[in-house]
Amino acid sequence: MQTVFSVGIDALAYGMVLFVISIGLSVTMGLMRVVNLAHGAFAMIGGYIASYATQTLGFGYGVAILVAVVGTIIIAIPVERFLYRRIYGAPELTQVLMTIGITFCVIGIANYVFGPTLKTIPLPEALRGPVDLGFRSIAAHKLFAIACGVAVAGALWFLIEKTSFGVKLRASVDNAAMAASLGVRTKIVYAVSFAVAVGLAAFGGIVGAELLPIEPYYALRYMVTFLVVVSVGGAGSIPGALLACLLLGAIDTSGRYLLPEYGEFFFYLAVIAIVCVFPRGLLGRSK
Amino acid sequence: MAAIENTSAAKPAATRPNWLVRDLVGLAVILAVAAIGYFLFPNNLALLTRILGVALLVLSIDLVTGFCGVATLGHAALFGAGAYASGIAAVHFGITDPLLMVVVGAIGGALAGIVSGAVILRGHGLAQLVLSIAVVHLFHEAANKASAYTGGSDGLSGISPDPIFGMFAFDLWGRTAYGFAVALVAIAFVVLRLITRSPFGMLCRGIKEDPIRIRAMGASVQGTLLKMYVISGAVAGVGGALNAISTQVVGLDSLSFTLSAEALVMLVLGGTGSLYGALIGTVSFMWFEDFVSAANPFHWLTIVGALLIAVVLFAPRGLYGSAQTLLDRFRGDGK
Amino acid sequence: MSAVFQVENLKKSFGGLAVTQDVSITMNPGDRVALIGPNGAGKTTFVNLVTGHLEPDSGKVMLGGNDVTSLGPTPRVRQGLVRSFQVTRLFPDMTPEEHLALAVMQRTGRTGRIFGHYHSMPDVMAEVAELLRTLGLDHIATRKVSEIAYGQQRLLEIALALALKPKVLLLDEPAAGVPQSDTPRIEAALAGLPSDLAVLMIEHDMDLVFRFAKRVIVLAAGAIIFDGSPEDVTKDARVREAYLGSYANDRSAA
Repeated sequence: MQTVFSVGIDALAYGMVLFVISIGLSVTMGLMRVVNLAHGAFAMIGGYIASYATQTLGFGYGVAILVAVVGTIIIAIPVERFLYRRIYGAPELTQVLMTIGITFCVIGIANYVFGPTLKTIPLPEALRGPVDLGFRSIAAHKLFAIACGVAVAGALWFLIEKTSFGVKLRASVDNAAMAASLGVRTKIVYAVSFAVAVGLAAFGGIVGAELLPIEPYYALRYMVTFLVVVSVGGAGSIPGALLACLLLGAIDTSGRYLLPEYGEFFFYLAVIAIVCVFPRGLLGRSK
Repeated sequence: MAAIENTSAAKPAATRPNWLVRDLVGLAVILAVAAIGYFLFPNNLALLTRILGVALLVLSIDLVTGFCGVATLGHAALFGAGAYASGIAAVHFGITDPLLMVVVGAIGGALAGIVSGAVILRGHGLAQLVLSIAVVHLFHEAANKASAYTGGSDGLSGISPDPIFGMFAFDLWGRTAYGFAVALVAIAFVVLRLITRSPFGMLCRGIKEDPIRIRAMGASVQGTLLKMYVISGAVAGVGGALNAISTQVVGLDSLSFTLSAEALVMLVLGGTGSLYGALIGTVSFMWFEDFVSAANPFHWLTIVGALLIAVVLFAPRGLYGSAQTLLDRFRGDGK
Repeated sequence: MSAVFQVENLKKSFGGLAVTQDVSITMNPGDRVALIGPNGAGKTTFVNLVTGHLEPDSGKVMLGGNDVTSLGPTPRVRQGLVRSFQVTRLFPDMTPEEHLALAVMQRTGRTGRIFGHYHSMPDVMAEVAELLRTLGLDHIATRKVSEIAYGQQRLLEIALALALKPKVLLLDEPAAGVPQSDTPRIEAALAGLPSDLAVLMIEHDMDLVFRFAKRVIVLAAGAIIFDGSPEDVTKDARVREAYLGSYANDRSAA
């Protein structure tokens, strides 16, 4: 029973971290139809900046998160403007290569600047210890990650369902040409969504740093994880991404606990099964 | 590209030697470059042999990606299957004749081609890419788990191939292995030239350009692609077997996503849809990698990344394709 | 004469909307039939039902006496039901000669061969040369399709269908998008189609319909409202009703 509970909490925390990082990817992929393998690189940049801000500059955790998210977005803007815009609508192979190229560059540059060691982001006092729930105690940072996931899901739901930007975003996802002819400035919608996506990736990279440690090959190690999660959920679908993250997080975590010698075997087996049955993802729109 | 430029439909006999000559020239160039490599880098034959093994993998990706339009990030599964098949045959079943090991590798690769093709071809676009990624991870984890046969993460060691034809023993300097590798690549090149020009090869090109039209012609797209996957698997499997024979170990990295992605990068760097592009891409990438990463692996990543971006932006047809376009333009001016 | 192609009581609806209502057509070898109808009459749905891209709710499609209703598009092609496309679907990097050779080899079961070349198959070469000559494409036989004129691409589209030796040929607006100056060549090609072939042409252009067809079928709102000779079609009250006002629009759109 104890194992079930701790596996459950770990799975939930892992799934939520996956969700925070990959939800931005899901939105941009639904919107711009870009197979983006460099999304993890932005999470990594966020982690690096946060680590630098806390360790070297001595900022607090909250401030560091803010600085890292803004910093990552600032770095991402020219990347979007000069590189991504060139591959919207290009064949998948082209998109794969461009984004692998970007990932490699980010890894190389991050190492040149920050060195090849593992980066830590010290947690504030409040998140360090365990939290006693009466019958069990849980590491506070896991609860924090879960809470962040819930908050992000809620905020995105609000943004997309309740604001005028959300209306434009949904219209552009459904039919970009139609939205443009109705007066939606899709380029701006694209740019803003990209910025939000990158910001969320950075945020997820930081709050998930305890589970997915920040190191030079981070962008490469999790490159496919995020892409897989998005395609399982269905690109462009927030509930789909949430479902996929929780499901795959649960499969991966319980696999690691119960059958560690199989590694990620069951994770990828589940991916194949789901993608074969739902080629557009669990909650993807049929086109 | 495999385009056949003949001047008249009515007189095929007159045009036939044209491509025959060109292929023989191509083969001669490959052998000449191989010979130059042998004499220029006598102490680095192991690297050259490894390049040739990976070249077979890149050629095999070209078959499905360049000629059929299937995007895959999981082709190392086929290469690794060949490597493990021949390695396991040698270590556990005493099949140590190198030619037999190559055959076993080809069969292993072809079987892996059936399995991964059957999975990957179910999807299109993003789903197809994700399936290919999942397949190579699945193979990787399975090989890791089956450590009794594969040696798991320690790798499969103890492969000691017999002399080729009982005469040419594998020496310490890797001369025999290099010669063996050159021979395999040359044979593969000739066979693949024939296949890509065959009726089947034409059908594959048609599928790449318009699968709906191919169906409207009464041909089966899935069946054809699966067949190409099997051929591709055999070629990749030969590459894997070559790797197992020449290095005498097989590691899990031969089944990795990283190798799959790198091989795809090599292909695109050289140019898809042409066997020369695949060879040029492999040689330039791996040679350059050896050169730069010896200094600093992270500089290497930065440079490859920048190179990839540059290729996508400025030379989408790759080194060979772009050179060909330039050459055509010069010829056009000359007329 | 026995029917080579029969559609019996074909029905299809999307949601609650009946797009094809109880359509029946019988065709004999050598028939030249034009299927016309105002926009939204359900012509595209009908084509997709016949080719096997859509499954009917009920009804049958028979080809040379065999029920092919349960077959997918590809086996239907193999049984002799061949279509051309309204917007050309050709392989831009291949030559007309290669297109036709591929089709002939496919028909004769040779596209599975991984060695050899059509240049060394005399029968394929002869048939391709014959088709190229018939359609007047021999002078551009070895140019890439992306480099030849659209009118020539349309002719190749027809040649490609013929290379499959169909029993029934479905021509989907064979002259669509062709400049006026090239239409006579398309019409000549249509006039030269094999005399034992049953041809069903879907067409907007009434001039072409009257010159080509011996029989006209009018589809409106998913149902056949007329099936008879071209002379009678313009006199038919229901046809006039279905078309009046929309005919002029159709022509300018086509």
